[in-house]
Formats: sequence, C-alpha cells, structure tokens
Amino acid sequence: MDQFVQQLLNGLFLGAIYALIALGYTMVYGVLRFINFAHGDVFMLGAFGGLYVHKALAPLLNALPWPLALAVVMLASMAICAALGIAIEYFAYRPLRTRPRLNVLITAIGVSLFIEYTGQLVFGATQQPFPALIPRQNISGLGGLTVTMTQVIVVVVTTALLIGLRYIVMRTRLGLAMRALSLNPTAAALMGVNTSVVISFTFGLGSALAAAGGILYASLYPSVDPFMGIQPGIKAFVAAVLGGIGNIPGAALGGMIIGVVETLVTGYSQKLGIPSGYKEGVAFIILILILLFKPSGLLGKVEREKV
Amino acid sequence: MQIRNRAFLLLGLFGVVTAGLTGCKKGGDAAADADTIVIGEVAALTGGTATFGQSSHAGTQMAIDEVNAAGGVLGKKIKLVTEDDQSKQGEAGIVAKKLVSREKVVALLGEVASGRSLEMAPIAQKAGIPMISPASTNPKVTETGDFIFRVCFIDPFQGTVMAKFALARGWKKVAVMTDVTQDYSVGLSQYFKEYFTKNGGTIVGEQSYASGDKDFKAQLTSVKEGAPDAILASGYYNEVGLMSTQAKELGIQAPLLGGDGWDSPSLVQVAGKSIEGSFFSNHFSNEDTAPRIQEFVTKYKAKHGTIPDAMAALGYDSAMILVDAIKRAGTTEGKALRDAIAATKDFEGITGKISLDAKRDANKPAVVLTIKDGKFVYVETVAP
Amino acid sequence: MQLLLKYRTQAFLLLALLVSFVVSQASDNIDGYVLQIMLVAGINIILAVSLNLVNGHTGQFSLGHAGFMGVGAYMSAAVSVEMGPSILGLLGGPSTLSHGVTFVIALLVGGLCAAVCGWMVGVPSLRLRGDYLAIVTLGFNEIIRVVFQNTSSSGPFGGALGMRGIPDYSTFFWVFGIAAICIYVVASMVNSTYGRGFLAVRDDEVASESMGVNTVRYKVVAFVLGAFFAGLAGGLYAHLFGAIDPKGFGFLKSVDIIIMVILGGMGSTLGVVVAAIGLTALNEQLRDAEKFRMIVFSILLIVMMIVRPQGLLPVTFEKKRRKSA
Repeated sequence: MDQFVQQLLNGLFLGAIYALIALGYTMVYGVLRFINFAHGDVFMLGAFGGLYVHKALAPLLNALPWPLALAVVMLASMAICAALGIAIEYFAYRPLRTRPRLNVLITAIGVSLFIEYTGQLVFGATQQPFPALIPRQNISGLGGLTVTMTQVIVVVVTTALLIGLRYIVMRTRLGLAMRALSLNPTAAALMGVNTSVVISFTFGLGSALAAAGGILYASLYPSVDPFMGIQPGIKAFVAAVLGGIGNIPGAALGGMIIGVVETLVTGYSQKLGIPSGYKEGVAFIILILILLFKPSGLLGKVEREKV
Repeated sequence: MQIRNRAFLLLGLFGVVTAGLTGCKKGGDAAADADTIVIGEVAALTGGTATFGQSSHAGTQMAIDEVNAAGGVLGKKIKLVTEDDQSKQGEAGIVAKKLVSREKVVALLGEVASGRSLEMAPIAQKAGIPMISPASTNPKVTETGDFIFRVCFIDPFQGTVMAKFALARGWKKVAVMTDVTQDYSVGLSQYFKEYFTKNGGTIVGEQSYASGDKDFKAQLTSVKEGAPDAILASGYYNEVGLMSTQAKELGIQAPLLGGDGWDSPSLVQVAGKSIEGSFFSNHFSNEDTAPRIQEFVTKYKAKHGTIPDAMAALGYDSAMILVDAIKRAGTTEGKALRDAIAATKDFEGITGKISLDAKRDANKPAVVLTIKDGKFVYVETVAP
Repeated sequence: MQLLLKYRTQAFLLLALLVSFVVSQASDNIDGYVLQIMLVAGINIILAVSLNLVNGHTGQFSLGHAGFMGVGAYMSAAVSVEMGPSILGLLGGPSTLSHGVTFVIALLVGGLCAAVCGWMVGVPSLRLRGDYLAIVTLGFNEIIRVVFQNTSSSGPFGGALGMRGIPDYSTFFWVFGIAAICIYVVASMVNSTYGRGFLAVRDDEVASESMGVNTVRYKVVAFVLGAFFAGLAGGLYAHLFGAIDPKGFGFLKSVDIIIMVILGGMGSTLGVVVAAIGLTALNEQLRDAEKFRMIVFSILLIVMMIVRPQGLLPVTFEKKRRKSA
C-alpha cells in the first residue's frame, strides 16, 4: 500500500511539471490556434538561461537566502525567454499570419530544430550539471513516504502560475483582448484590439512560463542538455490536448493524468507482465485515443469546423 | 513535356552522369603515395555518443603521432584519415565504404558503439582489409568474419566481472535497471543475470528505461520493495547520474553497479555525493602506477588538458596493435596483416596485457573502480 | 510514332528500368562509395516522392514517414534472414534468380506490412485535420520505434541492437527500378482523372466533398500507397546497409524526408526528385560541417515557408495546369 501511495505521489509530482509546461502550449494555442512546436525548446533555453544567470551572479546569489536566489534566477531567465519568444514570433510566425496553418506548423518545426542545433553548437552536446537552487533535502515526517523540497516548490510555483494566468486571462483588459482574438481575430481587430501587441504578449507570456518550467525541471533533474526539451515538450503537449487545448485548468488536469498514468505503468509493468520500455509509448497512445474519441479534450469545448 | 517524363529523364541523366564521373574518378585516386601508409578511422565526433568518439579519436591520433615521431613503420609515415559518422545509423557504413574505396586504406580502426561497428565489419570483411574496434563490446562484432578484431573485452565477460564482484561481497539480492534503447545495456544486464543467478544470486527486480529519461522514481520505488543489496545500472552515465540521486532521495542505500559506460567525469558532476561507494568495471584505471600507463596519462594530459578515459586508452591501444602487426608482417597486404594481428600475444597495452584469442577478441583483465570523494578509485583487477 | 507518343509515359518507365539495369550490370566499375551514395539518393527519391503523395498532393501532413520505412525495413529483413535460406533451397540453391525472387518476396512483404500500417493510421486519422494529424502520425512513428526497441534481443528483430547480417541484395537496378515505378505510379495517379481528387482534397476539402468527391477514400489511398512505397524504400535500405536498428527510424529521419519534400515543393514530383538527389549530395558535402547542417536546414525551412512555400524549383505542376486550363 505504501508503495502504491508513493507511486501515486511520484506521478502527481511528475504531472505537476508537465502541467506547468502544458500551460504555455495551451495559452498560445488558445489565442493563435496553432501548435508552437518550439515550446519545448524555449523550455530548454529557460533551463540554460538559469544555468548561465546562476554562473554570472554566483557570488551575489550565494549571499542571498535560497528562495530569493531562486526567484532572481527564475525571473531573469523568464525575462530572457519572454524576449526570445517575442523575437521568434516576430521573425518566424508573424509573416505567416495569413497563410495556411500547415505552413506555420512546418515553420514551427524549423524553429524547433534551429533552437536545438544552435543550442548544441553554443552549449555543447554533452549534459551539464545544474546548480542546486533549491536545497536537495526530503520533507520529514511523512512516514515511509518520500517527498523532496524541490517537488513541493514545483507544486507551489505551478499553482501560483496557474492562478496568475487565470487571473490575467479572465480579469484583465489584455486577457479580454486575448479571448476576443481567440474567438474571432478579424472582429477583434475591428473592435480596436491591437492584434500584433496581443499576440506578442501571448508569446512572451508563454515563453516565460516555459522558462519557469525549464528551471524547475532542471532543479528536479539536475542535468541539462540542448535536447532536453523534446520529451517533456511532447508529454506536455499531450497533456494540453488531453485537458482540452486552449483550456487552462484542462492543461493542469491533463498534466496530472499523464504523470500518474505514466508512473503507474512504469512502476507496475513488471507485475502486469509488459516490458516497462513501453512506457515511452504511453503518452502517444493516450494522445491517439483522446484525439480519436474526444478531440475536444476532457474540459474543452466542442468546436465545429467552419466553412 | 509532362512532368513525370521530365522526372524520369532527370533520373536517367543522374544515373549516366554519376556513372560517367565515377568511371573517371577510379583511375585518378588509386595512386597511393608510396611513402605513406593510410589507415582509416571511423569515429562519432558529433551527435549523441560524441564524447566517446572524441576520446577514442584523441587516443588513436596520439598513437599515430608517436609512431610517426619515432620514424614511422616499415620506413613509411602513417596517415590517419578520420571520418565522422555523426553517431547515426547508416553513416558508419557509408564512411567505411568511402575510406575503403576512396582512400584505399590498409586497415580500419573503429567504431566505439557495437551497432555501428557491425555496419563497418561486413565492408572490411568484403574488402579483405583488417578492422580493429577499440571498444565495441558486443560479441556479434567479431563474429562477422576473420578480418574483424577488437582490443577490448566483451559484454559477457564484463557482466560476469560485476556478477562475481557482487557475489564476492556477499550481495545475494540484486535489482537490475536496463536501458532498453541501448544494446550495450541490454547485453550487460543479460550476461550479469545469467552468471549471477547460476551462482546463487537472486534478481529481486527488473526495470527498464530509455536513454534521455530523467525520472526514474517509478522504477526505483518498485525496486526498493525487493530490498536489494545492490542495483545494477547497466546504462550510460547520462542516466545513471540522475538515477543515483533519485535512489538516495527515495532512501535506497544499496550501491549501484555498472559497466564501462559510466566512465565520464559528468557522472560525478550530476550525481554528486549520491554516487559515492558505487562500483563499475572498466578497461583501465588512470591511477595505475605502472610506468607506461603514467607516461601515457602525462602525455595525454599535456596534449588535451584532461585525464584520459578508457576510450582514449583503447583508441591508443587499437592503433598501437595495428602498427605492431604491420611491423611484424613487414607488409600492409590484407591477408598477411590479418594473420599478424591475429597472432598478437601479450602485447603490453595501456589497458592491460592484450592477447587476441581464436574468436579475435582481446583476452585481458578488467578493473573495478569505485567512486570516492568525487574520483574514480581503483579497487581490484579481475582476470578473465 | 503515334503509338509511342500515346504511351510515352510507359515508354519512359521502360527506358528508366532498362537504363538502371544496364548501369547495374556495370556497377562493379563504379567506385564503391559513389555507388553507395547514388543508391542512398535513389532510396531518398522513393521516400520523398511517396511522402509527397500524402503531404504534397493530398494536402495531409504526415510526420511519421520514417515509421512506415522502419516497418518495411524490419519486415523485409526478417523475410530474407529468417525465410531466405528455405526460399533459396526451394529454388535450387543460391543463384541470381533465386536471390532475386527472395528479394522481391521480402520487399513485397515489407511494403504490404507498411501499407497495412498506413491504413491503420490513415483510417482513424481521417477525423483529424492539419496539425492534429501531424501529431498523431508523429506519435505513431514513435510507437513503431518503441515496439521494435522492446522486442527480445535474442529474437528475430534483435531489440535495441536491431538486425544485422541482412544480405546485400539492393543493387542499382532494384533501387532505381523501384524509384522509377514509384514516380510512375504517383505521377500518373495524380495526373489521371481519378487522381484529380487528391488535389481537390488538398485545395478545399469541404468544397470537394460537396461536389461528390469521396475525400475519405482519397486520403486513405494516399496514406496506404505512400506507406507502401516507404516500406519498399525501407526494404531497400535494410538490404543496402545490411544492418538496421530502431533508432534510425525515428522522428529525425521523418524530418529529413520532409525537408526534401518541402524544398522540392509540395505537390511537385519533379522538384521533389531534384531535392532528394540534391540533398543527398549536399549531405555528403557537408560531412565536415555536420555541426551546421541542421542549423542550415532549419533556417532554410523557415525562410522557405515565408518566401517560397511552393518549393525551390521555378516550375510547379500547379502553375502549368492553370495556364493550360
């Protein structure tokens, strides 16, 4: 029983990080209706941003208490990635705004490959250790269960960002503009929404979220490399689709489900008699099933394709 | 004209032009310089396993430079032509063909990864030129034919070494973590299990993962239930480092055991203190006090600024054994060279005294290292 | 002469087959490395032209072409390794003929298995459009890789190590003969009355459906046929290199093929053939600059989409059709 509870916890914490990355996917999709393939790579840049910011400011950061140091590194990296996200949108996606969505998808794949391989050139192909921004210790007093400090921080930050994002989208003027754009870009523009600004803002926000995810992920699994964004990127995408792409609470729910299912399949595969190597395919099987049977996702709205 | 016809025309044109071009090429390239011996090397200088490829290349190049500095062999200088296979399937085969047909190499050195050595091997065998793999430990590599050799031990031996080591320490219950995307890890786990269970040990848990995975908590939580005395982590250092940290977080105190895929400073950088007291088998220890090894370590360090790892040592040995065989054969003709390499006996290499057996595999001891204070420390030598 | 004009496409096909046969007979005179590159180029032509049927002509977007290639490679290799000896025995020992027969059987099995997989992906994916379809095909590609990866290391598929010692049956004749057939089939299908349906599906799915075009069937046919040829290409690949492993058929391989299709121009068979040859040659030239290769290609992808989404070649099938209409 203890083992099952531990596995469940493992899954939920893994899911929290997927949820965090999925938020960015879902927001960009919600507003622009396209899959930002490069999201996972911005996530990687966020982790490297954290690494380099930490290197550059090491003496200063060591003097600060760790929560403050973490906040400094995180905000710096989020700012860098927000700027990068806005630049990517400006140079690669903006010229394609009126083109078929497929062209944008191909461009997104191009951007993704570009970031990965330029990253390989700049950062090197080998993995690098990530500094311990959060003290590596377990939370005591849970009996036989193990929860680390990092895992708790991940959940706290994810929840905070989820609420913050929800607030921005539902309660601010910019959020209103985002929702208007998502419903009908032309009408929104006619009503005086500056679409370019809103789209840039959306990308900046999404990339900042990715950067936060990257730093937390690298704190959980302290080794970073230029291709580290691919796997969590795909998982988070699946989470976003599962929850109903475009839906913010859905992304969180989807992330949790993927995390738990993946962990349970891995943990119990031996008992179930399937090679645990198949867990690589679990996310994709969930994706295919959800797209076939409920393409709108668990919490998403059903949409009809308009002619 | 319709589009498809043009496509066909183009196809035909392409065929004729390339056939024509290559027909001319053939005569031009054949004139190998009479004063040099050309040796081909295939290594992964970029891509996923670049760290291994770069090390083995550095070792190989160092050996060739030393030989040339000492006047070469058979009165000729050696030219090492290195091709990068980008750590990719198919590329090793292409560049091996390129080396054989374009550069007219007399022998091939490489690859580190068994999968890619198995691509090169049929090409060398067919062309009738010897190939020496520095570090491919899969038994199938040299089974390809009588021109294929290696200077490292093979997976069954490495698996046995760690199984023997565990049993000698009184560890009867071991859990196994296998990277199912790496044939190396799959093989090592398999041979470990075979020897271990046959000699009184029990496997108390078998889990798998894939290269690039970062979260091993699910597997480790399951492993913990079997209360193992040790955990065999047969994959590469990239994943083992993270696995080690997470094992300690989950309160698993059992040491990890592994193979030569652990040999990278990156292991300790990522795993930190959690990896202290774990063990792995390797081809050589740079702590070995034998003068020829210390000389190698010093020279390597002077040139590359880092301490040589096992791949560098094996690359060095593979080139030196080839040069030694050329010297003994007195020629670079394929068959004579093959017989000379096969006759290698008690060669004093950096990675031990190397003799090639009837299966063209190196017969030599392995060393077991442990991690202490962030360094790889020699524990013992296990003879075959 | 009239007859020749009427069947000129068929005549070209025959000519192409003949030329590849002749070159094949003389291939011992070709430098081994150059021959290898030519054969790789030929296989890339098949892959690119068949993917073009799905992505270019029919306007669907598959990111999983390497998966079908993998199925074909594994299945055909399994046939020639496991059953090859008995087939050879049945035909009275090794000879050019019996090797040829074995290879044809192996290739067909590989192609058909891939086609079945294409059908399995195509049918359920019909409910999806655009980027969702792309992601599902990507997922399918990964699942195929995972399945082969998790096979037993002592079994026929060899798990992570993959398959080794596959006989080297792929000669110039087989590679370019099949490339010619692939071009012929795809080009004449698209140019036929029936085949206009593919283009209709691409140009406007809803409109073509309302005009009575069975869009479902066209999409499935495109997927199945595309997968079949990808399977053949996989079989040729396996019998060219003699060794395959699951990692070689992942997402990155699919991207390589997609780059050929996009640079050649989606929907332009000629352009795609040129791109397949050109990129294979370019890959060899860029061997020493491997670090920059993918950076160059990724920038090319982005710039192409912005500046020339119709492909690099000046003439596309599209424009010609409009002019003559």
